[in-house]
Amino acid sequence: MPDIKQKAWRNDAFAKVTGKAKFADDLKFNGMLHAVPVYTDYVHARIEGIDVEQARNMEGVVAVLTAADVPGQIRWGQIQQDYHMLCEDKIRYNGDVIALIVAESREQALAAMPHVTIKARPLPKVLDAEQAMQPDAPLVHDDKGTNLVVHHKVRRGDPAEIDKKHDITVEHRFETQFVEHAYIEPESAVCVPRGDGVMEVYGSMQHPFSTRRFVAAMMGVSLNEVEVISIPMGGGFGGKDDTSAIVCARAALAASITGCPVKMTYDREWSMRESYKRHPYRVDYKMNVAKDGTIRAVKTRIVADAGAYCSVTPWVTWRSTVQCCGPYSVPNVHCDVYGVHTNNVFTGAMRGFGSPQMNFVIEQMVEEAAEQCGMDGVAFRRKNMLRQGEETITGQKLDGHTVSLEQVMDEVITAIDYHKKLKPCSRGKANGDKLYGIGLAVSYRGMSLGAEGKDFCAAIINVQFDGSILLESGIHENGQGSESAFILLLAREMGVNHDRIRYRRSSTSVIPDSGTTVASRGTLMGGGAVVNAARKLKSMMAETVAAQLGCDAQHIVFDGEHLRAKDSGKSISFDETIREMYQKQNFPHAFGVFKSPKVSWNEETGQGKAYFTWVYGCQAVELQVDARNGRVKLLNAVAAHDVGRAVNPPMVLGQYYGGMAMGMGYGLKEAVQINDGKISNDNFNHYHIARATDMPDMKAIIIENADPLSPSRAKGIGEPTNEIMAPAIANAVYNATGVRYYTSPITIEI
Amino acid sequence: MHTIINKKQITLSDPMLDKNLLEFIRENLDLTGTKNGCGIGMCGSCMVLVDDKPVQACRKTVRHIVGKKLLTIEGMALADGNLHPLQQAFVDAGAIQCGFCTPGMVLAAHALLLKNNQPSRDQIRKAIHNNLCRCTGYQQIVDAIEQAAHYYRSQRNTSMHTHKIQHTVADSTSQ
Ligand code: FES
Ligand code: FES
Repeated sequence: MPDIKQKAWRNDAFAKVTGKAKFADDLKFNGMLHAVPVYTDYVHARIEGIDVEQARNMEGVVAVLTAADVPGQIRWGQIQQDYHMLCEDKIRYNGDVIALIVAESREQALAAMPHVTIKARPLPKVLDAEQAMQPDAPLVHDDKGTNLVVHHKVRRGDPAEIDKKHDITVEHRFETQFVEHAYIEPESAVCVPRGDGVMEVYGSMQHPFSTRRFVAAMMGVSLNEVEVISIPMGGGFGGKDDTSAIVCARAALAASITGCPVKMTYDREWSMRESYKRHPYRVDYKMNVAKDGTIRAVKTRIVADAGAYCSVTPWVTWRSTVQCCGPYSVPNVHCDVYGVHTNNVFTGAMRGFGSPQMNFVIEQMVEEAAEQCGMDGVAFRRKNMLRQGEETITGQKLDGHTVSLEQVMDEVITAIDYHKKLKPCSRGKANGDKLYGIGLAVSYRGMSLGAEGKDFCAAIINVQFDGSILLESGIHENGQGSESAFILLLAREMGVNHDRIRYRRSSTSVIPDSGTTVASRGTLMGGGAVVNAARKLKSMMAETVAAQLGCDAQHIVFDGEHLRAKDSGKSISFDETIREMYQKQNFPHAFGVFKSPKVSWNEETGQGKAYFTWVYGCQAVELQVDARNGRVKLLNAVAAHDVGRAVNPPMVLGQYYGGMAMGMGYGLKEAVQINDGKISNDNFNHYHIARATDMPDMKAIIIENADPLSPSRAKGIGEPTNEIMAPAIANAVYNATGVRYYTSPITIEI
Repeated sequence: MHTIINKKQITLSDPMLDKNLLEFIRENLDLTGTKNGCGIGMCGSCMVLVDDKPVQACRKTVRHIVGKKLLTIEGMALADGNLHPLQQAFVDAGAIQCGFCTPGMVLAAHALLLKNNQPSRDQIRKAIHNNLCRCTGYQQIVDAIEQAAHYYRSQRNTSMHTHKIQHTVADSTSQ
């Protein structure tokens, strides 16, 4: 167990705690103009004309841009190219932008906003995913000919087993809500047209390379003509991809047309109106169980509202498909997952990525099934959980890493004293005004992208003549501490102190595209690349001094800032070795790559080795329900996750606490309200995320079963902590009130 | 008409008075450590101290600081350039992730500890209740503030240092 009282270290803490860290909106350039977006009142409408004349003539306005001004692709997207930078033919949701106003000051741009007018013909709208699947539903994208974005399935075992009558059948419909990422920094971009023809982009975005693809495609230029520079960003949680990228593209358009640097900073209302959300799911779930508590079959049909644009809906729903039965062994499975367009705000990546919805369902289903079998939920889980060497529902044998589900569950049960606290649960019988309950949930999570994408990552180590080290990686810091994790990994690998390492924030023109900071892959993939680069560098350094140390290069160890011959103990300092390399005209420079081990997937059967490794987690909460008004107060929360290896333990804890607080919001507080296609709670006065007073002190237990498939031995933790809080709360609410809530967020009616 | 901003006296002119305080701080003074997360007084990213009291700058105009002392995050560090022990506690406790909420959090905590140098964890949570953080789940922020309280107590015990705390807020009265 790492010492949790250990002092935290981050390379960027000083800049952030002094206010010196420059986020996108903090940047200023000479002659910088300001751009703002223009929205309409429509939800679904055919555009007949946009009049910008009046706005263009207003004081300070330099340009008003519409779709006609876009030189490249007007539409782009990570999977389907359907996301409009500026609408040309139709409005597809209320967050669509029809024009940009560019002015000398932000005030002037804002003043011109109401003076752009649109003539449009309203079209029938479709706001329910189920209705959108009907043949006569209005089409959101005429050219697609269907509202269906994707259909994934799992077909496993014997279909007859799925429909036949079993001892116990539990069947329910669950519904989950739209959720806002609520990063505290809204989107912002500054684009600077450079003399050499390159467009420089500084943006609050989580994926510099995706941003570059958006900007280059929309500007109609090649990738090397756009340079996206990494700067600090105020939180992402999956939410700063498509929308952030398109904000950058709009600023780039304005900068290119005016020839001036342009800043485009969103206010909270625009951010919440336009940016994509977590998918709401409607899940019909049937679980067949034998009397002895063995799960025999699962049948489920899941409909995810993709909203107006595709974004990464096929990937999000794929994870739900793979994980549709939770970490349990289920011999017979029939699962259909549909992603469907509507005229709602579009949905995409958000921390958890299709798993929080499913876990809310599964972890309540198993408790209910257990109860019907007359079993305790923990015993039921023990009976059905996946163990070392067993097969997942997609036919993947879990090996090559430690399957630690039971271990994490036992840690939590012991730490919170689960069994003892289960007895005094109120089950609807209030003690005074208070109802008490405890509940838990478990999960397994496939790490990184899995079979949904190409998964590889690069890092560069560049040691200077004086022995100081520059490190950069293709993974973008989102606030979680990836840069410091990489520095610590490198320091450990090289046997040097971390203060000789500087992380160099990279740009898309310097390092190869290493994919995005998503899927809890930063430390796993980026860290893997750092370790692999370090190993390359070590062998170069060892070769250089092997003769001097009188041994083979393989027999040299790196520690205490020295290279030492294992047998003789003879040593030479790190600095001296570096000088030696420069003397011999060998650059101490290494490029390292980590490619994910092989994965596979069959779309037809939904079978395959979905992910190369998995993280196991368990969380439990105690809570109190006020019997007078239904208000829920969390009293305690405990989490254990197997992170492989905790590289920077205080930051790992930060991922636990932050994920749990966000998960609490998912379970109890947060829902984007959409009325007739328009979001009504577009700021923090009506959209309520966890405040300090909503959270109890939490206990975080770090489990470390080193992962042999990960060069750093670390896995990921950002998402696992976020994906089981809501079902743990739901189970605790049930134990408190005796009522099951199948809809999130849970609202207790008294 | 003056105000004292991070220990420096600044003269204000009439036309400035109706300007939004947050914009004034960020745009006119170029003190970009104060952030804008909501613009409506709900997130605390723009929190500054006015005469040691926490104020959400996005909800005020410059008029509010006339004749008063304004402290922003840029004025928090000690005179020798080192981190204030409260800032150091944020670093040590792992209370910083993306850092966007951090300036406002530090100032909210500073206001609390100047008033109450022995707060309970609940009191700390209440004191930062107006400051949203989406990254940390608040726990390590509460830890940091609890840790930093030691420093405020130790300073209170030596009268010489009582002065020093005031002086980190704004050393201005003497100017
Ligand atoms: S920006 Fe002032 S409280 Fe949010
Ligand atoms: S550290 Fe990111 S919002 Fe607080």
